[in-house]
Amino acid sequence: MGYFLGLLVVLVALWLGLSGEYTLTKPAIASLGTVSIILTTVLAYRFDILDREGSPYGRLPQLVAYWAWLIVEIFKANWTVIKACLRSNLDINPALVKVKTGCESDLARTVFANSITLTPGTVSVEVEGDKILVHALYEDTAGPGAFDEMDRRSREACDGKGPA
Amino acid sequence: MIETLIGYWDAFRPALGSALLLVGAVLAVIGTVGVLRFPDFYTRLHAASVTDTASMTLAVVGMALLAPNFATVFKLIVVWLFLFLTGPTSSHALANAAHTAGLQPLIGRVGKEDGGDA
Repeated sequence: MGYFLGLLVVLVALWLGLSGEYTLTKPAIASLGTVSIILTTVLAYRFDILDREGSPYGRLPQLVAYWAWLIVEIFKANWTVIKACLRSNLDINPALVKVKTGCESDLARTVFANSITLTPGTVSVEVEGDKILVHALYEDTAGPGAFDEMDRRSREACDGKGPA
Repeated sequence: MIETLIGYWDAFRPALGSALLLVGAVLAVIGTVGVLRFPDFYTRLHAASVTDTASMTLAVVGMALLAPNFATVFKLIVVWLFLFLTGPTSSHALANAAHTAGLQPLIGRVGKEDGGDA
């Protein structure tokens, strides 16, 4: 029920924002919006995708806090790659490393692997169980322990604090 | 007091928005230079991710500062969120496809020691 309400609230907010019809003075347009929102939620229910992956809005505050941290990390990593692009003598040290993750749920693993990919200089190539194959532009940026903090933060954002 | 501050902000906003758009465009060019210079598929993917993240974010923030009303800003936030979620997915799909197809990445130091070709 919580997932259903979360999806409903997000869809209503999305429709209001995209249509710009906050005042609801045009009944024809507002009814079209209502019908499409109801249809979407009913279809989501029928497809059985109303779970914590289809509607992860219950943990939105934690995820937004994680994103804020991630964006800072992304800009820091961007600087390294920008320097690598512009250096007059090409000087890179690519490596493939296996990273072990403490994330239990699929959602947390997806967030962790996507965060690795989103950070310039590292791309997650393959996910097998709790190991992620990562290709890095510089070997030392993907050394042991380099992803520990990101791993911990994505786990806490998705699954809550507690023993891993 | 508040009105003066808003007045200053409104005067300053277009300049800041244009500057951010310019920086975003320069970053996109840098990413392209990286794509052209890096030696193999996987390293080129890293250069492209500069365009994917920093350049895209700065361009969207710049456009938001130039936007005439809040409805446009909302749409820009939705666009940013969409790109932020789909960008890594497509990068991962590309890297995974290359790995599955058996493309071996170049490993070890490239450049300086071999004299550097660039």
